[in-house]
Amino acid sequence: MDFLPTLWFILIAVLWIGYLFLEGFDLGVGILMKTFARGEKERRVLLNTVGPVWDGNEVWLLTAGGATFAAFPFWYASLFSALYIPLVFVLLALIFRAVAFEYRGKIHSDTWRTTWDWAIAVGSFIAAFGIGAMLALTTTGLPLNANGDRVGGPFAWFSWFAILGGLAVVGFALIHAAAFVALKTDGDIRHRARRLVGRWMPVGLAPMAVWAIAVALQNGKWFSWLLIALAVVAACVSWAANRAGREGFSFLSMGVFLVAGAAAIFSAAYPVVLPSTLNPLWNLTVENASSSSYTLRLMSIVAAVGVPLVLAYQAWTYWIFRKRISVAHLPEPHDFAAAVGHDGAKKAPEPATAGAAGPATPGGDS
Amino acid sequence: MYFVDEGKIVEALDIARWQFGIVTVYHFLMVPLTIGLGTLVAILQTRWHRTGNEAYLRMTKFWGKLFLINFIMGVATGIVQEFQFGMAWSEYSRFVGDVFGAPLAMEALLAFFVESTFLGLWIFGWKKLPAKVHLACLWIAVAGSIVSAYFILVANSWMQHPVGVEMLDGRPVMVDAWAVFTNNTALVAFFHTITGALAVAGGFLLGISWYHLWRRRKDGIDTVDATGRVIVGESATIPGRDKKDHSVWIKSLRFGAVVAMIAFAGSAISGDLSGKLMFEQQPMKMAAAEAACHDGTGFSILSVGDLGAKDCSDVVAVMEVPGLLSFLAHNDFTTEIKGVNTLVPEYQAKYGKYLPNDPMYGSMAGTEINYVPIMPVTYWGFRMMIGFGGVAAAAAAVALWATRKGTVPRSKGLMRLALVGILAPFGANAAGWIFTEMGRQPFVVAPNPSMTGIDQVFMFTASAVSPGVSAGEVIFSLVALTSVYAVLLVVEVILLTKYIRGGVVSAMPELDQTKKTDDGGRGPGGEADDDVLAFAY
Repeated sequence: MDFLPTLWFILIAVLWIGYLFLEGFDLGVGILMKTFARGEKERRVLLNTVGPVWDGNEVWLLTAGGATFAAFPFWYASLFSALYIPLVFVLLALIFRAVAFEYRGKIHSDTWRTTWDWAIAVGSFIAAFGIGAMLALTTTGLPLNANGDRVGGPFAWFSWFAILGGLAVVGFALIHAAAFVALKTDGDIRHRARRLVGRWMPVGLAPMAVWAIAVALQNGKWFSWLLIALAVVAACVSWAANRAGREGFSFLSMGVFLVAGAAAIFSAAYPVVLPSTLNPLWNLTVENASSSSYTLRLMSIVAAVGVPLVLAYQAWTYWIFRKRISVAHLPEPHDFAAAVGHDGAKKAPEPATAGAAGPATPGGDS
Repeated sequence: MYFVDEGKIVEALDIARWQFGIVTVYHFLMVPLTIGLGTLVAILQTRWHRTGNEAYLRMTKFWGKLFLINFIMGVATGIVQEFQFGMAWSEYSRFVGDVFGAPLAMEALLAFFVESTFLGLWIFGWKKLPAKVHLACLWIAVAGSIVSAYFILVANSWMQHPVGVEMLDGRPVMVDAWAVFTNNTALVAFFHTITGALAVAGGFLLGISWYHLWRRRKDGIDTVDATGRVIVGESATIPGRDKKDHSVWIKSLRFGAVVAMIAFAGSAISGDLSGKLMFEQQPMKMAAAEAACHDGTGFSILSVGDLGAKDCSDVVAVMEVPGLLSFLAHNDFTTEIKGVNTLVPEYQAKYGKYLPNDPMYGSMAGTEINYVPIMPVTYWGFRMMIGFGGVAAAAAAVALWATRKGTVPRSKGLMRLALVGILAPFGANAAGWIFTEMGRQPFVVAPNPSMTGIDQVFMFTASAVSPGVSAGEVIFSLVALTSVYAVLLVVEVILLTKYIRGGVVSAMPELDQTKKTDDGGRGPGGEADDDVLAFAY
């Protein structure tokens, strides 16, 4: 057993866990925009709890993808090509969601905002579900041939584990987000978020627990089971802390649930990174899917410098934006007209320039 | 049986190539503006800190707003870039993963994290962070975007000029990271890309500022005296049109014009260096850039004939500058530059006349390799890159002269020209990338001519596509991505137009003197606002 491929397997697990922990709550907040928030002000409060950080959170996904490419190119190539269609949906979802965050408040119109709200909510849901399905399938297997290519049609990847994984990440994201909102807001929305956590936590976290147990049953090590036990305990603690009104502690315990649960899944899958459901000989493992030890050494040095640095400045960002937000804190939405003279606006002969500002302005003072 | 399989693979190949081209050129509409405008906004905010002149604050806010509207599109489309290697080009990913994945991973870990996190701090950190820290956040984010460009170009340049590897079991493995990360192709491409990005940003500032100066004159705010010198006025009815507003636009215009000219000079120098490297590293690309069938020394101004003909028998150079091609390649006027007809047999001798008879090449297995890139694309791509860049720089010089008396002429045609001119550097960037990527064909990893025998590293595009992915899947993604991209481009342009037309007030509501507010333009809640949310979505 080689040390470096194992180290990189662990590092990629860390990156995925980092992604699920951080983007977990901003994906969940995205879904809550349409399911939980009451009215425009609450939607803006939700949006602004993740406003300064969601983009930084999403880079964890790119880093996990890039690190998989660098350290396990065969894993990256087989997994991403086999899941072609689902990943197209994930990409579209992430595109719409990103653009929606930035553009939603840029035009002062209800139709405009509602459209982008849907983009955020649906985009967050599809992204969470798709990423969950992908991670589940990489632990339970895809119909791959000896070259690592998918056999069968565009949907040959389907198995119930894909649904389970999708539900696991969506469920976790929702509960995690509610705990985050309870921690980051004030007023009515805070208390409703807290109640949501208390009521729905068992349902929301169950799929991930089932996924972990399913993978552990296949190939679990003793410590995989230990991690699952730890995850369950952490979930109970999180629930109790939520009951007691200790929102910070509840949120952190939920983080422990994720770290332990995901670590259980990855540890149970090890050393296989992507099983072939057709022939176990064609499994991709940390040995046969990895890059050369030279490349892994180089990347290890980079990660040793980069990862702690990222953790440090992202932690600092969260510290800067640590204050609770409430409906009362929101500045008024800002509307403006084109800076043109009166006659200029009226007599402008070409509709192209005069029209651009037109539709955006009605109801500006309402 | 094989036939069906093979037909499928080739079809997927062609569609996958179109897809890669479309999503990459699209992504690269946003990238240079992000890099260039980010840098300029950081300079402007620094000027504000140094001088305390409010004009610079306004410039920072206004250009910063447009920067962000564009930035997010670059972020959103960038995710596709990283995923599509694995999705559509799995054989490529397997072949190059040992060396190509590393710069991509480093880009995410060392650059994009920095850019995203610190930009979030900058957007939401006005008044929340100490002024100097806030400014530093922007500079750090901009540095992140520049470092990001470096890593991506290291990856791309390795496809143009593979270095630092040895072949092991039919795959290149990295043996010399220093060589990979200081690849001369990458260093020159980096210089070229950054200057190209600054040219885009310079033209953007110039065109939009011209519009506002023109608007101020049209609305009767600014007038000129007998000598043509500007008399700055102000309007009580048009939002934001005070005297300072004039200063914002004239400063922006002249700043943009100077940046555009310096950037063009830089990209001419780096482009020349890049060309000299390419004559050495990919002679076929440069021959195809010239549509040069026969050996010679002249640079073609205009060639006619069927550029696509395989033996290029009827391509005739109508106008040529004697010796210029040799100068571009070798800094002298006499060295013969090899033409296509000389290079084809050389390539055949080195890399084979026929594709291997391997199912991984699909229906192209065993067929003769066409080593000549699509010449109309390379020939015109090369000329459009230089032409658009040159026109933009010349326009910037003219603009600088035309505004020497403090404002722009009243001509509406000139104003429109300045706005349309914004597109020229974008066109130059796109043409340059299309040229360099298409000119590399039929290789996806072009061979390094200094490597020989079994050490040769190259890969034909025909074998790079994902074998397990059907043509139907790629058609689906091509249609889905293209239509979403088209819609989003329209949305972005609508938003940019709205914010541009709004002037500085679009980014600084407190400047709107036509809306009389008692709380100084701030929402209810007073100072608590500044404390919790200095800016909110």
